[in-house]
Amino acid sequence: MSTAAGDRSGAPLLELRGIGKDFGSVIALDDISTTVRAGQVTCVLGDNGAGKSTLIKVLSGVHRPTRGELLLDGQPVTFGAPREALDAGIATVYQDLAMIPLMAIWRNFFLGSEPTTGWGPFRRFDSATAKEVTRRELGAMGIDIRDPDQPVGTLSGGERQSVAIARAVHFGARVLILDEPTSALGVKQAGVVLRYIAQARDRGLGVVFITHNPHHAHPVGDRFLLLNRGRSMGDFAKGELSREQLTGMMAGGDELTELAEELERPSGR
Amino acid sequence: MSATQQAPVSRPARADERVAAVGLWRRLLVKPELGSLIGAVVILAFFSVQSSVFRSLGGVANWLDVASTLGIMAVAVALLMIGGHFDLSAGVMTGTTALTVGIVATQLGQNIWVAIAASLVLALAIGFLNGWLVTRTGLPSFIITLGTFLMLQGLNLGLTKLFTGTVIVRGIADAPGYHSAELLLASTISVFGQPFRVAIVWWLLATAVASWVLLRTRFGNWVFATGGDEVASRNVGVPAARTTITLFMTTAAAAWLVGSITAVRLTSVQANTGTGQELIYIVAAVIGGCLLTGGFGSAIGAALGALVFGMTQQGIVYLNWDADWFYFFLGAMLLLAVLSNRLVRRYAEAARR
Repeated sequence: MSTAAGDRSGAPLLELRGIGKDFGSVIALDDISTTVRAGQVTCVLGDNGAGKSTLIKVLSGVHRPTRGELLLDGQPVTFGAPREALDAGIATVYQDLAMIPLMAIWRNFFLGSEPTTGWGPFRRFDSATAKEVTRRELGAMGIDIRDPDQPVGTLSGGERQSVAIARAVHFGARVLILDEPTSALGVKQAGVVLRYIAQARDRGLGVVFITHNPHHAHPVGDRFLLLNRGRSMGDFAKGELSREQLTGMMAGGDELTELAEELERPSGR
Repeated sequence: MSATQQAPVSRPARADERVAAVGLWRRLLVKPELGSLIGAVVILAFFSVQSSVFRSLGGVANWLDVASTLGIMAVAVALLMIGGHFDLSAGVMTGTTALTVGIVATQLGQNIWVAIAASLVLALAIGFLNGWLVTRTGLPSFIITLGTFLMLQGLNLGLTKLFTGTVIVRGIADAPGYHSAELLLASTISVFGQPFRVAIVWWLLATAVASWVLLRTRFGNWVFATGGDEVASRNVGVPAARTTITLFMTTAAAAWLVGSITAVRLTSVQANTGTGQELIYIVAAVIGGCLLTGGFGSAIGAALGALVFGMTQQGIVYLNWDADWFYFFLGAMLLLAVLSNRLVRRYAEAARR
């Protein structure tokens, strides 16, 4: 699990220093700091409304931060548009996956960046290359698709997530932001996706894994950033927190204890 | 392919063989044109058995002719439907373009090729307007093109009356350059001594080009994506608005081709030409496997849908049936097509677990 713990020496791939974002009078994010290193997984945990989505949008270039600095390879950067973040190697896999269910896997894989062959009016979508690359890239992630021609809609939720991850990796992502990739999945499927996150990490990507589930975050994460109501509850390295502590902090500790008591009473008949 | 691979693959390798067997069947079923192919074969067999005129070379030339101009439009409309939109102005636009050819050639005294070029420019402008309005406003294309449909219908009548004083444009055959235009758009080609209309060649050409573009180019990929999920496709960098506008302009260009063929062949054009045809194009595209929701369909299927249409229309005439039955058949086929498309889509989308 402790892969690539050694390259802490160099500058982190992505660093957040005191990032804040206001929407009018609403402070959506305030003073958020963490690091994303190559070959490591940084988990961002928080309940609904904690500011996870805003943070993703800041990282992926949808929003500009109001305060604070974003550093890429140690250099301050600002992204004016999602395309700029993408060109800098920050790829975001959104919950809705940006995939078309009725289209074949290989068509989806290259959607928007289709390889072409031929010239002039005969320039065409190089489908042979596309199918071949799709099969190879998915294979490298450990996904054995039987037929790249099958529609994405026939894949299971976990497989779809994996295709989206493989696509981001293929198109040169160095930082991979995953927006709640396991939230809609069953236990087994979530396990599949966690394995692919580990795969991406082992291939040297910096992964930002956004989730509200500490049981998914703890086994795969190297760093944990906890958010609550737009503020950081701490930025911990793996060794500093046990799963129980993480779960406790996530649920708001006392709140969970209270809730447990409240729920237990009526069942004691 | 990974027979030697061990643990990390989450799925046991032996599951592959069983799934592959289903895969072939599934792959056949999800071909959008399958239904229309079966339909075309059944109808061909039915009328061929019943009527000797239908199966004669002359009969074939006749129903292919009916299918051809309809087919050119159906193919373009199918592309637009796959891209997630309708064009109700497509029918009346064939009238607009034909009338433009006629008026520019006869009333303004231009060479027929100038008239045809002017007509193309006008058609592309209308197509652009349709597409631009749809992408700009985000309103359903159904309502936008209903608007342009009614406007064009009014313009067709109004301007024809203004220029000719009647509701018909006559004398296109006298325009300079008519014979070269006739050769290209309205001549016949003799096969086994039977003249076939050249429009059939245009139809086959349109189908081939549309099919190639759809399946083998980047643009084709964008058409499927835009129709399948516009927001998702925009997120991955597909120029969805440009794709939509191009599709509307393609439909308009097809209407221009059909309008020019009509004007040159008939040499006179009624002001109400094409009105009411737009739904028939959509019917042909749906019989050809296009989903009304977009994202799925085929150009070859739409061409087959037009063929089904042409065969039925002429077959009923050859059997001396009352022509009223034609619409009954058409409606029945449409229902059947929609129901089977729905099944196919469900099957294709059914998650494995």
